Amino acid sequence: MSSLERSDVARLAALARIDMTDADLDRLSGQLAVIVDAVAKVAEVAGEDVPATSHPIPMANIHREDVVRPSLAQDDALAAAPDAEEGRFRVPQILGEEA
Amino acid sequence: MSAMTYEQAMEEFDPVFGIEVHVELNTRTKMFCGCANEFGAEPNTQVCPVCLGLPGAMPVTNQKAVESAIRLGLALGCSIRESSRFARKNYFYPDLSKDYQISQYDEPTCYEGSLDVVLDDGTVVTVAIERAHMEEDAGKNTHVGGSGGIQGADYSLVDYNRGGVPLVEIVTKPITGMGDRTAEVARAYVATIRDIVRALGISDGRMEQGSVRADVNLSLRPKAVAGESQDDVPFGKRSETKNVNSLRAIERAVHFEAARQASLLLAGQPVVQETRHWHEDTSSTTPGRSKEEAEDYRYFPEPDLLPVQPSREWVEELRGTIPEHPAKMRARLREEWGFSDLEMRDVVAADALVLIADTVAAGTTPQAARKWWMGELSRVANDREVALTALPLTPAAIAELQGLVDSGRINDKLARQALEGVLAGEGSPAEVVASRGLEVVSDDSALEKAVDEALAAQPDVLAKIQDGKVQAAGAIVGAVMKATRGQADAGRVREIILQRAGVEA
Repeated sequence: MSSLERSDVARLAALARIDMTDADLDRLSGQLAVIVDAVAKVAEVAGEDVPATSHPIPMANIHREDVVRPSLAQDDALAAAPDAEEGRFRVPQILGEEA
Repeated sequence: MSAMTYEQAMEEFDPVFGIEVHVELNTRTKMFCGCANEFGAEPNTQVCPVCLGLPGAMPVTNQKAVESAIRLGLALGCSIRESSRFARKNYFYPDLSKDYQISQYDEPTCYEGSLDVVLDDGTVVTVAIERAHMEEDAGKNTHVGGSGGIQGADYSLVDYNRGGVPLVEIVTKPITGMGDRTAEVARAYVATIRDIVRALGISDGRMEQGSVRADVNLSLRPKAVAGESQDDVPFGKRSETKNVNSLRAIERAVHFEAARQASLLLAGQPVVQETRHWHEDTSSTTPGRSKEEAEDYRYFPEPDLLPVQPSREWVEELRGTIPEHPAKMRARLREEWGFSDLEMRDVVAADALVLIADTVAAGTTPQAARKWWMGELSRVANDREVALTALPLTPAAIAELQGLVDSGRINDKLARQALEGVLAGEGSPAEVVASRGLEVVSDDSALEKAVDEALAAQPDVLAKIQDGKVQAAGAIVGAVMKATRGQADAGRVREIILQRAGVEA
């Protein structure tokens, strides 16, 4: 089982928009590798007859009727917005930060 | 690099394409919360902690959306997975409140289907469907400043009313071997999907409002040389043109991309695998963000939602609700109704097929049903700038109205007045006829009185008729119709006039 590389951590950090210094990367890639390796032990124990589990409790089909319920008022919806305009969330320009 | 035409590109290369269609479902509520799924509300008034992605909010799947997705899958000939689950697709974009979209990844609900697409000349092309999966829509960004587009905008405003609205994304397998019919097949495929979702009643299927949206993937590869099978030639690099939102635009986007890629390839330049934006005004595409690899979305199973495990009994029950393939239904109805190709095309283009079928089912002849929907009702819909299907009356009401005409209780002119009343919400056609007093007057004493009054006003007419100028009676018929506000039985009026003149009818 190959461990997590420093470059993997750097890439994940970039995808998650988390700024990391070189020191952060050094420290965290070591720590995260230990965690990933520990989790990987499960694969050694589980045979091919054990299906991968995403939901540990055997439940399914918890659905909701298609019935409208009250929404938030616009003011409440926008209450936590850093900035708002014309009833909408105001966000910084979008393309500027894309590579 | 010289510009090429689509036809030239198709002569030089073998096209491979695929289409992703997003269908917005017409459920009352969103996919994972009880906020209304309705277009046109004030911004951010159909939002709640779930669809705003506030901490601690828990999504719950909309049963009706699952049902619609399964029915669509069945209509596309898909298998329905016994256990499917949702996944989080992680990326950052302001219209995505949670910074992930709930979608399906490795276990979509519907998979491996096929759909027959009928081209204009009757050729049938079978398109292989890879999957149809459930997901949620994003909110709406409005770009402010600059030219109003995303490029050069100073900032953007976000409305999350659409965020969380249920979608089904239908993905084809790569479609090969279509050559210069590629654009036509792409268009016909999307038109067929649109017709199917309308026939299923799971979406209003309005491309202009974005309730059916298409992304077009296209690549070119060299044509096979002698002795080589085209299937052995590897695919070229593809572009994905996003949000091509009309049938005409789909054809044009294929034309543009094929010509663009062929020009690059012939000039020895590479095609970049990327997302491209479609521009309706110039019928062209420009590069967007370069296509992220699948693992960049870091999909993982959505922990807040349980698997969907439709019972086989339910799936079979839903299979029983799948309507006939739209192209087959059109051919069958055209035959049954005796419409010409042109009449049928007009009916389909006006979105009147189902309305006419329902009117016929309620007892009207196909010709009379077509006359109402394609004539008076199309005119009214046009005046009001709404779709025929949005008019406030039912096919059953039209059948009732025509029944009143057929029984002689009202004539065509009175029927139009009755229709006005029905459209104004005054009740059923029979109720409007009664309340407005629209019935044809065939009571002889009333008609005779009106005829005599008209003859008294135009004393020379009787003599003319007696001289053999029977057409002179027309003036009296006109006067009687006017006096009775169009409610007289014109045939009977004529008979009475001729009687008064002592002439055989």
